[in-house]
Amino acid sequence: MTSSKTFSSQVRRSLQHLINDIGWAGVLFWAATLLLFVLYFGIPMLWLFFAPSKNDPELLNLHPLRFGSLARYGEAFNNLLVFNNGQVITWAYNSFFYVFVSLIFSLAISVPAGYILAVANFPGRNVVLWSTLITMMLPGSALVLPLFLEMNLFGLVNTPWAVIFPAIFFPFGVYLTFIYYTTSLPKDILDAARVDGCNEFALFRFVGLPLATPLLGLLAFISFNNNWNNYFGPFVMLNDDRLYNLPVGIQALIAGTSALRPTFGTDLPFHRAEAALSGVIMVLPVVIVFIISQRYVISGAFTGSMKG
Amino acid sequence: MAVQTSEIEAPPRTQTHLGVSAKGWRRFIPYLFLLPYLLAMFFFSIGPGLYALLISFADFSQGVPRYFAAGISNYITAYGDFRFVEVFRNVGLFLLISVPVGIGLVLLLSLLLHIRRGRTAAVLRTIYFIPGAVTGPALVLLAIFMFDPTTSPFRGLLSALGYQSINDVIVPSTLPWLFTIVGFFAGSGVWIAIFYGAYESLSVEVMEAATIDGCNAWQQAWHIKIPLIRPYIMYMLILVLAGNVQLFAEPQLLGVAGGNVPNPWAPNQLGYYFAFRLGNFGAAAAVSLIMLLIGVVAAYAVVQWTSIFKPESS
Repeated sequence: MTSSKTFSSQVRRSLQHLINDIGWAGVLFWAATLLLFVLYFGIPMLWLFFAPSKNDPELLNLHPLRFGSLARYGEAFNNLLVFNNGQVITWAYNSFFYVFVSLIFSLAISVPAGYILAVANFPGRNVVLWSTLITMMLPGSALVLPLFLEMNLFGLVNTPWAVIFPAIFFPFGVYLTFIYYTTSLPKDILDAARVDGCNEFALFRFVGLPLATPLLGLLAFISFNNNWNNYFGPFVMLNDDRLYNLPVGIQALIAGTSALRPTFGTDLPFHRAEAALSGVIMVLPVVIVFIISQRYVISGAFTGSMKG
Repeated sequence: MAVQTSEIEAPPRTQTHLGVSAKGWRRFIPYLFLLPYLLAMFFFSIGPGLYALLISFADFSQGVPRYFAAGISNYITAYGDFRFVEVFRNVGLFLLISVPVGIGLVLLLSLLLHIRRGRTAAVLRTIYFIPGAVTGPALVLLAIFMFDPTTSPFRGLLSALGYQSINDVIVPSTLPWLFTIVGFFAGSGVWIAIFYGAYESLSVEVMEAATIDGCNAWQQAWHIKIPLIRPYIMYMLILVLAGNVQLFAEPQLLGVAGGNVPNPWAPNQLGYYFAFRLGNFGAAAAVSLIMLLIGVVAAYAVVQWTSIFKPESS
C-alpha cells in the first residue's frame, strides 16, 4: 500500500503547488477547461468504437456511450462483407497497396535528395531547398484538379498510378531528411571518409544510410498517415469501383445504402452500426500508428507534417 | 553553420588517379542524388500547376482541348459565375470563425497543459491528439452521428439548443460553425503538440528567472511564452488559413444523411463542379489556379516571415 500512499501524497503535493501558483480559481478554471476538452475529443472517439457493438434500435435507444455486445462486431463485419461479395476487402487491399507502393517510392526518392542537400554545396542548392519548403506547405487539395488534368493528358486517369504517382512526391520527407543529416551527421566523419578516397555514393551507402533508421521510421509514419486517408485525390482520379481505396469506397457504400437515410430503401444489411464499423476500419490503423509513434511526432518541429 | 562543400579537398593522389575529367564529373554527383526528386517535383507539383495555367486558356466546348482558343473567357466564366462569389463568401465566413477560434483555443489548451507538465499533460495531450487519426469520409461520418440528435452522445446539449432532428442542425447558417467544430476536433491536437513542444524549447533560465521574480503561471504565459512562440502562432495562422480554404470532403459529404448543404459550397467543389458536371476543364483550371496561388503565397509567407524554416541557416 505504500506505493498508493506515496502516489496520493504526490498528487496532494502537486495540487498544493498548483494552488500556490495560480490560486483556487485558477485551478478550477484549469481543471474545468481541460476536462471539457477531454469530453469534446474523447466522447466521439469512444462512441465510434462502441457503436458497432449495438444494433440499429439499440443505437437509438440505449445510452449513446453504453457498450452493446462483442458479438455484434462480428455481425456488423459480416454485414459489411455482403456488399458486392466483400468488396470492402478489395478496397482495404487497394488502400494498403497504394500506401505501400507510395511509401517505398517516396522514401527511395526523398532520402538521397535530402541527404545530398545536407552534405554538399552546389549551384542551385538554395533553389531546391526553397521549392521544397514551398511545395511542402502547399495544401494537398490545391493540386488535385491540376493533377487530374495532367493525368488525363497522359491517359492515367482511372489507373492506380493516378493515385500513386502524386504521392511519391514527398517534399516534407526531403526536408526532414535534410534537417536530420545536417544535425546528426558529424562533419569529421564525412571529411575523413572523403580523404580516404570514398566517393559520394559510397559515403551515402556506408555512412549516411546506416544512420537513417530512426529517420526512416518517422518518414514512413508521415507518408502512411498522409496517404491512408487520402480522399479527394482518389475520388477525382478513379471511377472504377474496383480501384477505390477505403475512404472512397466507404463513402460510395454509405451514399448508396440506407445506413444514414432510412427513406432510401435497399435490401443490404447496412445500417448505422455497419457505417460506424467502416469508420473504425479506416481510423484504427492510424490510431495504432499514432499511439506508437507519438513521441517522435510530438518532438519539436517535426510535427509540421500534419497538414490538416 | 556552413555545410561541407562538394568541392572536396581530396588529396592530390586521388585527383591524379582519376584525372581532370573525373573531377568535372564529380561536380554532377549531387544532381544525380537529386534527379528522381526533381523529376517528381516537376511532374507532380510544378508541372500540373503550369499545365493548369495552359488549360485555363483552352477551349473545351468541342470536347477536346483547343489550346489558347479561349483567351480569358474561362476566367470570365469562372469568376463571373454567381456561385464563385458564393463559395468564397462561404469559405470566408468559415475562416472568420475557424481561424480565431482555432488559434485561441490551441493557445489556451497548450498553455494550460504546460502549467502542469508531466504525466497529466502527456495523457491529456494524447487524448487531444488521437482524433487527428480521423479524417476525410470517416470524419464526416462521425460528425453526422454527432450532429444527429437521435444518435448523438451530445443529444442533451442538442435538444437544449432546440434541435430536434439532423435537418435542424445541418442548415446553411450553421455550416461554418459545424465545419469549425469538426475541423478543430481532428486538426487541433497536432497544433497543441507543436505549441507544447515550442514551450518546452524555451530557455530554462528565462523561465526560472521569471519564477524567482515572482511571475506566476498566468504572467509567464502572457508575458514570456506567447511572445516567444509568436513565430509558431504565425505559422499556424498562415497554414490554417491556406488549408481551410481548400475544404472539400466536409461540405461534399455532410449532407449525405439529411440537412441542407448547398453544393458547391466551397471553392474546390466549384472547381470539381465545373470539371465533372459541366465538362468545362478550362473554368475548373481557372478556379484551381486561385486555390494554388493562395497555397503558394501562404507557404512563401511561412518560410519568409516565421523563421521556423530557414533553408540557408544550416
